[in-house]
Amino acid sequence: MRIENRMQLQLWREECKEKRQKENCCILVCGGTGCLAGGSDKIYARLKELTSNMDHVTVKIGEEIAHVGLKMSGCHGFCEMGPLVRIEPYNYLYLKVKLEDCEEIFEKTILHGEPVTRLMYEDNGHVYQTQEEIPFYAKQTRLVLRNCGHIDAEHIEDAMAVGAYESFEKAVFEMTPEAVIKTVTDAGLRGRGGAGFPAGRKWSQVASQPEKIRYVVCNGDEGDPGAFMDRSVMEGDPHRMIEGMMLAAYAVQAQEGYIYVRAEYPLAVRRLQIAIAQAEEKGLLGDNILGTGFSFKLHINRGAGAFVCGEGSALTASIEGKRGMPRVKPPRTVEQGLWEKPTVLNNVETYANIPMIIKNGADWYSRIGTPQSPGTKAFALTGNVKNTGLIEVPMGISLREIIFDIGGGIKDDKGFKQFRSVVHPVDVW
Amino acid sequence: MGIMTIDGQAIEFTDEPNVLSVIRKAGIDIPTLCYHSELSIYGACRLCTVEDDRGKTFASCSEKPRDGMIIYTNTPRLMRYRKLILELLLAAHCRDCTTCIKSGECHLQELAHRMGVHEIRFENVREIQPIDTSSHAIIRDPNKCILCGDCVRMCDNVQNINAIDFAYRGTDAQVIPAFNKKIAETDCVGCGQCRVVCPTGAISIHTNIDEVWEALADKNTKVIAQIAPAVRVAIGDNFGYAKGENVMGKLVGVLHRLGFDEVYDTSYGADLTVVEESKEFIERFTSGEKMPLFTSCCPAWVKYCENKYPEFVPNLSTCRSPQQMFGAVVREYYKDPEKNEGKKIVSVSIMPCTAKKEEILRPESYTNGKQDVDYVLTTTEIVRMIRKSGIVFDKVEIEAADVPFGIGSGSGVIFGVTGGVTEAVLRRLQQGHNRVDMESIKKSGVRGDDGIKVLTYNYNGREIKAAVVNGLANADKVLQQIKNHEAEYDFVEVMACRRGCIMGGGQPVNAGPRTRKARMKAYMIQM
Repeated sequence: MRIENRMQLQLWREECKEKRQKENCCILVCGGTGCLAGGSDKIYARLKELTSNMDHVTVKIGEEIAHVGLKMSGCHGFCEMGPLVRIEPYNYLYLKVKLEDCEEIFEKTILHGEPVTRLMYEDNGHVYQTQEEIPFYAKQTRLVLRNCGHIDAEHIEDAMAVGAYESFEKAVFEMTPEAVIKTVTDAGLRGRGGAGFPAGRKWSQVASQPEKIRYVVCNGDEGDPGAFMDRSVMEGDPHRMIEGMMLAAYAVQAQEGYIYVRAEYPLAVRRLQIAIAQAEEKGLLGDNILGTGFSFKLHINRGAGAFVCGEGSALTASIEGKRGMPRVKPPRTVEQGLWEKPTVLNNVETYANIPMIIKNGADWYSRIGTPQSPGTKAFALTGNVKNTGLIEVPMGISLREIIFDIGGGIKDDKGFKQFRSVVHPVDVW
Repeated sequence: MGIMTIDGQAIEFTDEPNVLSVIRKAGIDIPTLCYHSELSIYGACRLCTVEDDRGKTFASCSEKPRDGMIIYTNTPRLMRYRKLILELLLAAHCRDCTTCIKSGECHLQELAHRMGVHEIRFENVREIQPIDTSSHAIIRDPNKCILCGDCVRMCDNVQNINAIDFAYRGTDAQVIPAFNKKIAETDCVGCGQCRVVCPTGAISIHTNIDEVWEALADKNTKVIAQIAPAVRVAIGDNFGYAKGENVMGKLVGVLHRLGFDEVYDTSYGADLTVVEESKEFIERFTSGEKMPLFTSCCPAWVKYCENKYPEFVPNLSTCRSPQQMFGAVVREYYKDPEKNEGKKIVSVSIMPCTAKKEEILRPESYTNGKQDVDYVLTTTEIVRMIRKSGIVFDKVEIEAADVPFGIGSGSGVIFGVTGGVTEAVLRRLQQGHNRVDMESIKKSGVRGDDGIKVLTYNYNGREIKAAVVNGLANADKVLQQIKNHEAEYDFVEVMACRRGCIMGGGQPVNAGPRTRKARMKAYMIQM
């Protein structure tokens, strides 16, 4: 059913929230790369089998309401300990789950709400009952990744229930495009692709171009070795990023947008396709969105694996079907980007920051992180640390905190020798 | 507008497009491999990198000059960079310099020498690629390509053909036609402009030197040469003459010494073309059929029209080009046993153009099943023949071209530059031929450097609207205008190469803006 106006949107959101509240037990099996490699798909299948074959199960499973109960979520972050299974409303996080653990999980937790303690995080004899207590999570500030691992990425209803498209609704009905740009500028959000260019300034530059055909492009060509921050957002919470792009489009009055994703991220591509299709079906993307007269279409372009296509002008060339080679600047992308039109080109994580800025205001956002660079940053923590995984921390945090508090220190308690930061080299250059 | 300091020298700049131009203005020949003022800026070779007063380095080709800029062009760091860049380029380059056709004229070789690259520390791991000899105009040797992209941008920016482009990635990257086709299988028109900008021997002329040497040595042949207008103002470059100097007399003398039996002037053929084309134009202008009339002297343009705008083929003049008019006349004239002395006639044309090598093979270039012109030698090839022979160009006596086809009018000679054909046709249409009339044509807007010139000329009370176009990308613009009814013309002259045949694909290379000006000027005195 297509949503025609604000009232219908609000009613539908309430419906979604109610549905989610009705779930008396929700199993979130991590569908991130690491966990999938560890066999989480088999665990998902086993749990589905267990929960659907028994009549007395209180969990509802069904194709049309598959979001209720068992969900294959995006990355939970604690990759070192995968495959991960989270069970709500108890917020238990089971680590290194094996296929043979499924029966016990089912019997104890799902049927009776009791924890399977042996699968929980334990440190120095202390068992951490909930996910939020585990130091790896407790020391983080998960804003962009808030929903990653907590919702079913393939169902828009689940995203709606946790507030998706609220910010877009607010912007399109209560704010002018200029006000949106001003909020982003005041929030001080800087590009998360690596170069750290102020997002608000980029948007206002596009908005001030005389050319009226404009594009919004998302750089999802995350190519740095070991990095999977953008991937996790696209796989775990695609609607957050899409909403960010819609806000950018509204701010600069663009009519079309492109998401450039690496072809090596098939799951991200699939989930984005699903998300876009569901948003289109609901009338959140397409012509005359929510009856406001604002139209925005979103396309997905798959990259063919060239690292250089993460560079802005190479990326737009690649979308145009040309060889992905950087060109000499000026003109910059904001003046002549895709199809030589003014283009807002931001990275996945940047867009994913936008909805909460619009929702909570510039003031709220600028208090997180540092005054020069407010907000949080997601990192992929890999190498010889105890807790590898996907983390999100406030800007300005020390490396010591990342490595020792969140990462749990060096493997086998060895001494710290060297740290290597992989920042998008192309963007910085 | 402003002043910048280059190596301690204060240099004023006005509308220079980049820092590189200001540096060159300051009298410093900063090295480049991928920069051509006529092409889009690519910024790939990094040889033009300079350093500012804060120690920041940047490529001067892609930086706008700013007032107060302080830059250095030759710091030890920059010299080290340049040397290393060249060393790396050479590491993956076929370095058979002594046997390379480009040796002595190779820009890469020159820069390697200038920057003192005397040793390559890296192993060459590139696979040997086959050489593409499929085109009659050019030969492509991928083993000598340094991926500067000059040819790609020339083929795209200026000629709008895109016969070649980059393919494959990283160390496997190559410049090749799409789908690994051969050049002959593409829309290549043979203009040879890629070869003009190629800094190495990766694209060179498909030569016919050996065949001509053989014909010259054969006692049973009579070798007839025709010299195209644009050759005479370019060949002197290679023999120490001032840029653009007309050395026709010397060239005729040299060709006689080389063994050509008769040496004629293609201007004669051009005159025939003017007579025929003017007649055809007036017929069409009067009847209004197949208008506008497109010139057909340039084979690269004819092929472009056939490839991309087949609907406009009927608009092309049915006249042969001067080379082919001449070829037919020679064939006919030497049928007479008295004239051919019982020998086989070998017709050779000396052309500024690589596309002419393909023109002689077109079906309409045959008379009664026989090819009219046997071989085309470009200016560059004739230079090589002269050098091989040891004849000292300068010491040869000036000679007049042979009769009866050695005489052409000034109108025939100016075919070598853009606007020449139009000017010649207008002169033909003009009733009076006094100086005043000639001046009025000259000032009609037919002359000059622009890629597209539009002019009107009064003919018997009716206005002729003509477009004079050079460069195929410009031709494309005009064709689009005509197609979309945005402009109406009666006569359209097209030359595929920018500025016409003087800058043809077979001319001596390394011709910059000064050479262009000098070659154009050489024609201004031809009335």
